[in-house]
Amino acid sequence: MILTKAQYDEIAQCLVSVPPTRQSLRKLKQRFPSQSQATLLSIFSQEYQKHIKRTHAKHHTSEAIESYYQRYLNGVGRNGAAPVLLDLANEVDYAPSLMARIILERFLQEHEETPPSKSVINSMLRDPSQIPDGVLANQVYQCIVNDCCYGPLVDCIKHAIGHEHEVLLRDLLLEKSLSFLDEDQLRAKGYDKTPDFILQVPVAVEGHIIHWIESKASFGDECSHHAYLHDQFWSYWNSSEEESLILWLKSPMFLKNLLLEFCWIST
Amino acid sequence: MAAVLESLLREEVSVAAAVRWIARSAQSSEVTAPTRPQAWPESAFRDDPGEAAALSSLRPLRKEFVPFLLNFLREQSSRVLPQGPPTPAKAPGSSAALPGRPGGPPRGGRGARSQLFPPTEPSSTAAAEAPSARRGGRRRGPGPGRERGGRGSGGLEEGVSGESSPWAGGRRPRGSGSPGSPSLARSDPPNLSNLEEFPPVGSVPPGPAGTKPSRRINPTPVSEERSLSKPKTCFTSPPINCVPSSQSSVPDTSPWGHGLPPGCRSLQEEREMLRKERSKQLQQSPTPACPTSESGSPLPSRTGNLTAEPADPARVSSRQRLELIALIYSSCIAENLVPNLFLELFFVLQLLTARRMVATKESDLEPIPGALDSLESPLFQSVHDCVFFAVQVLEHQFQVLSYLDKGTLKLLAENERLLCFSPALQGRLRAAYEGSVAKVSLAMPPSAQAVSFQPETDNRANFSSDRAFHTFKKQRDVFFEVLREWEDRHEEPGWDFEKGLGSRIRAMMGQLSAACSHSHFVRLFQKQLLQMCQSPSGTGGTVLGEAPDVLSMLGADKLGRLRRLQERLVAPQSSGGPCPPPTFPGCQGFFRDFILSASSFQFNQHLMDSLSLKIRELNSLALPQPEPSDEDGESDVDWQGERRQFAMVLLSLRLLAKFLGFVAFLPYRGPEPPPTRELQDSILALRSQVPPALDVRALLQQGLRARRAVLTVPWLVEFLSLADHIVPLLDYYRSIFTLLLHLHRSLVLSKESEGEMCFLNKLLLLAVLGWLFQIPTVPEDLFFLEEGQLDTFEVDTVTSEQGLDGMPVVDQHLLYTCCPYIGELRKLLASWVSGSSGRSGGFVRKITPTTTTGLGAQPPRTTQGLQAQLAQAFFHNQPPSLRRTVEFVAERIGSNCVKHIKATLVADLVRQAESLLQEQLVTQGQEGGDPAQLLEILCSQLCPHGAQALTRGREFCQKKSPGAVRALLPEETPAAVLSSAENIAVGLATEKACAWLSANITALIRREVKAAVSRTLRAQGPEPAARGERRGCSRACEHHAPLPSHLISEIKDVLALAVGPRDPEEGVSPEHLEQLLGQLGQTLRCRQFLCPPAEQHLAKCSVELASLLVADQIPVLGPPVQHRLERGQARRLLHMLLSLWKDDFQVPVPLQLLLSPRNLGLLADTRPREWDLLLFLLRELVEKGLMGRTEIEACLGSLHDAQWPKDFSEELATLFNPLLAEPHMPEPQLRACELVQTNRGTVLAQS
Repeated sequence: MILTKAQYDEIAQCLVSVPPTRQSLRKLKQRFPSQSQATLLSIFSQEYQKHIKRTHAKHHTSEAIESYYQRYLNGVGRNGAAPVLLDLANEVDYAPSLMARIILERFLQEHEETPPSKSVINSMLRDPSQIPDGVLANQVYQCIVNDCCYGPLVDCIKHAIGHEHEVLLRDLLLEKSLSFLDEDQLRAKGYDKTPDFILQVPVAVEGHIIHWIESKASFGDECSHHAYLHDQFWSYWNSSEEESLILWLKSPMFLKNLLLEFCWIST
Repeated sequence: MAAVLESLLREEVSVAAAVRWIARSAQSSEVTAPTRPQAWPESAFRDDPGEAAALSSLRPLRKEFVPFLLNFLREQSSRVLPQGPPTPAKAPGSSAALPGRPGGPPRGGRGARSQLFPPTEPSSTAAAEAPSARRGGRRRGPGPGRERGGRGSGGLEEGVSGESSPWAGGRRPRGSGSPGSPSLARSDPPNLSNLEEFPPVGSVPPGPAGTKPSRRINPTPVSEERSLSKPKTCFTSPPINCVPSSQSSVPDTSPWGHGLPPGCRSLQEEREMLRKERSKQLQQSPTPACPTSESGSPLPSRTGNLTAEPADPARVSSRQRLELIALIYSSCIAENLVPNLFLELFFVLQLLTARRMVATKESDLEPIPGALDSLESPLFQSVHDCVFFAVQVLEHQFQVLSYLDKGTLKLLAENERLLCFSPALQGRLRAAYEGSVAKVSLAMPPSAQAVSFQPETDNRANFSSDRAFHTFKKQRDVFFEVLREWEDRHEEPGWDFEKGLGSRIRAMMGQLSAACSHSHFVRLFQKQLLQMCQSPSGTGGTVLGEAPDVLSMLGADKLGRLRRLQERLVAPQSSGGPCPPPTFPGCQGFFRDFILSASSFQFNQHLMDSLSLKIRELNSLALPQPEPSDEDGESDVDWQGERRQFAMVLLSLRLLAKFLGFVAFLPYRGPEPPPTRELQDSILALRSQVPPALDVRALLQQGLRARRAVLTVPWLVEFLSLADHIVPLLDYYRSIFTLLLHLHRSLVLSKESEGEMCFLNKLLLLAVLGWLFQIPTVPEDLFFLEEGQLDTFEVDTVTSEQGLDGMPVVDQHLLYTCCPYIGELRKLLASWVSGSSGRSGGFVRKITPTTTTGLGAQPPRTTQGLQAQLAQAFFHNQPPSLRRTVEFVAERIGSNCVKHIKATLVADLVRQAESLLQEQLVTQGQEGGDPAQLLEILCSQLCPHGAQALTRGREFCQKKSPGAVRALLPEETPAAVLSSAENIAVGLATEKACAWLSANITALIRREVKAAVSRTLRAQGPEPAARGERRGCSRACEHHAPLPSHLISEIKDVLALAVGPRDPEEGVSPEHLEQLLGQLGQTLRCRQFLCPPAEQHLAKCSVELASLLVADQIPVLGPPVQHRLERGQARRLLHMLLSLWKDDFQVPVPLQLLLSPRNLGLLADTRPREWDLLLFLLRELVEKGLMGRTEIEACLGSLHDAQWPKDFSEELATLFNPLLAEPHMPEPQLRACELVQTNRGTVLAQS
């Protein structure tokens, strides 16, 4: 079902300064029961990312980091079992996973001689058992499992959704006997930037000629759509006459239910 | 003149000043000062007033300096360069005694291009004094008190003492030499009787037409009645006493018999002796009737061996003097003060490859004290000197050399003398060779035999009446018949064009009554001319340009060698030295002879009109110009087409202009210039009335202004090269020559700036102009024009518009095509390498047949050649669309064939490679050895299979082409035509595909296998076992399993709930958990949507979930409030997980996380601690083989580092010791239950 702009805006409205937690998502689900959890999560994630992009910098000043770290230390000093880090993140309106990263980085700086590399930190966030401090490990783990917009688990979910939709789209194309080249085939042919599928024979959808399909499996708001086109395809296609179909979340269903399930955008 | 040189040698005058001094005379109209060659030291540019004074006194002699220098060098080298092709040279020895006269000296008769040997007329003794005096003056300078070499031989230093030699050749009494040159006095004269060393002049192997490739200028006695025309003097590299022999047995009637001045007496004596000597040697030598045919006489066989004397840099005498002269000489070359750049290079290379000094004695090699700075002592006292001098000059001329073709560069870079004398130059040449892409074949393409039919000229609509149409058709038939007959027979000995075809041609011309018929015929003639002669090499071969393709069928690896061999076999041995006269090679000869035999005024007039029109049209053709910004990047690709088009236009223009020149000047061509001034004046008065056939001056000016000289000048040179002797004297043409001279001097190669002409463009112009200045009809003194005359035409070349001149339109191939004589440099060097002495002036190529099987290849080649000809003939008779279709089909099918082979054969081989690699990895263990080594092994096994590609490719083309041709040609195409077209398409497609495949298949297989190997190794890397047995979902799977993303999200929620914080009412039901694990199982079994990262996360989450179950941390939702999970439920869930881990996960499950401090910590925090689930889980893991005891032990070991409550550590130790100590149990299920029971009891007891 196509989400109207108004609906999207309404959902987004509810997400202003809401912490990205399980509880928030639950409340959202109650508020919009007609939307699937995936849809709501996607919108939540997208809106929250915009929010973080705006506020990211202020959490990364050295003063902020220092004050967060001190508050963390004080908190766990009082009670290591309490959700100190998660509460701190919610309180300062920052994503728990990102807060965990800040504190972990700060902690490692204090306890290791050399500043920690990004890969070490990423690895510890993926598997908090590697964190030398047991209390911090628990705190970080708590942040990660409770964060529904950031963190390795969320990244993995998003990646999985993308992959699943590609598979769905491929199945639908096969079902409709549309001949296409997928990304791997395109790469083998030497294309560096590739859409998910290039139709070997273009199709017309609602009067628009579709040459290629890109499944994004996330919500295509205007802004991300333009940024996306700019980054990925205009350099390659560079033809104003060509039209493309970018399928955003749920849109692979379009071939089954053309009018209801997809939003297409032509360039 | 010598004074100037001497003052230079004495360093009274710097080289730079001298060159400025000379150049000023030559370039008075030049706006820009001559640029300095880079090799010049800064100090060379001091302007010394003293120098100026020293030079200003010599001002009148200025313009004579360069000819003097050139003559000086030629004469000095005469002892070294008796062999090999003579350096043709032409520079007037204009002397002060005989001021320049407008007329050219008398020269050879009709057909001057083949007439190199000017017959000299008898002249009186008195008048003949002049050349000798001049020669003396040139050599010695006009200094007073200096004795002229009265009896000195022409080619040798005068002033050698009269020591007689026992040598049988040309000893003669010496005149009183200068006392200051004792060593010279002892020097032996050249062995003139040695025909090996002193081949008769003009002994270059003559072309079939009997042309003499180069002009050797003989001392020309000047008769009194010709006192106004300046006698021709020359600098020749072999001394002038090398005369053609067998001229006459009667001395008095010989051209040189009379009138030689006393100074030349010895010369004559020498000749006498030479003649006698030679007649002794060659009894059978024919006596030609005229001097012209002399060169055509068979050359006597010669004995003797000329091995090259090794050159040693350490044995160079008077280095400083040689360096200085080399510098002056190089500067003159760099400033274009010499008429012909390539002639000088040829001369220098001759010096470089000089074999040995003639009859030198050891004592000669010693430098003469005090003679260093004078011209008394010979400049080149040994081969070492020559080579040293040559290398010095070559160093200065490196830039030009670097633009020569690859073959020449290779020969230069490999020249051992050059390496020995200047390793630095050798290094630069090697670098230039390696960087060069200018492969130029000196082979002439085969001349075209095919006659094309021009259906469009058959059109009745073009004719006024049926009768005219019919007549024209008949004429066309006669024309082609004549052409065919010429093709068949012109190479037969004794066949004569005029005798064979003349009457038929004239009869045909007689039928061309109406003017319109003439124009039709001329159009046909011109079209045929262009089609036959305007091949890339300009000499012929339109359709048989396919010959290389025929060669390419023999296989790519041998192709290069075959090409070289072919080139050696078919390349003319010598195209006539570095300055051949204009000729009509190949098919051009037919058209020339046709015009001559037809001798029809109407025809000639129509032809001139038509040629002029076509020249104008082509000359003003707008050649596409690229954007200036395109200079870099893909410009090279774009330029290929542009260059090709330019070359086509240029070559067409040259051909047309040559014939225009030939026809236009035909009526005036006489055997020789008018003998008297009066006659000449009257002719001039008459001729100046005649308007030129084509206003070439305007076109030249236009070309210069539009910066299109690179297009206009080469064809103009062709046009002028066929002018008669009077033409250069006519005001109109003289002004053209002046313009060309001006252009020549302005083309300084070292000048490289914005808006300058491209280097190769300049080189082309210098080459063609240099050639023009050397051909017989152009007066020798023309080049060394008097000052001021250059001012006559100022051409404003400074235009902002980017013309052709500034674009790289000329490449080496075009340069060598237009100027085949540049190839002489390469031939000269090659003859040095091959070790053949330049006997008979030619370059003997030694081809050693290494195998006789090569002859076996001959019949197929011929058959294929015939096939190609048949194919061409076939296309000629068919509409052009047929040819296009066949070529298109062949091109596409050939390309598809390659793709097909890639997708089938190569893909199969890659699969084989993968399975071989797997085997290799299994047998050799995980590492499998060095990847590079693996690749080598695989390639060595698989690449031989690439040979199948050719067979398969052939099959593919055979199968696919006919259908395509059939589909594309009209239905109504006759069956025979269709099948021929199909066969040709198959052949062409196969050729294309096989050429590509044979060249690239191995590399392609290698590349693909390499990619496969690295792919396999990468996949093999971290988790080989998991990758190895990766499996998809079962066939019956309908992919209805929950999506992985959904599951991760769900499990994440459970984990979050368990970890907290949570609301009091939150929790999960045990059913939900069971359902979740069930879904996980489904998802893991249907792998449709599963990607490795998702599976990894699922595995990790499942372990976390197990830890929470073991620690009893999952809040269970149930009536009325949340509570803990029942033991039985927990164990059931753990069983589910164990089965998932064991059977369903295909990625490694991080089970060690179960024993991580953090997850064990969950247990530590619970009170009372319940160990039974953990112990149960661990036992099950061990039993199912999911974890080993040692692994568990290691995990537990690392736990000691963590900080635990004291009692926890103790419990841990107590619990796990028995577990780890247990031996392997045969009945896992039973044992597990028992153990759990007992352990639980213990735990409980302890707590």
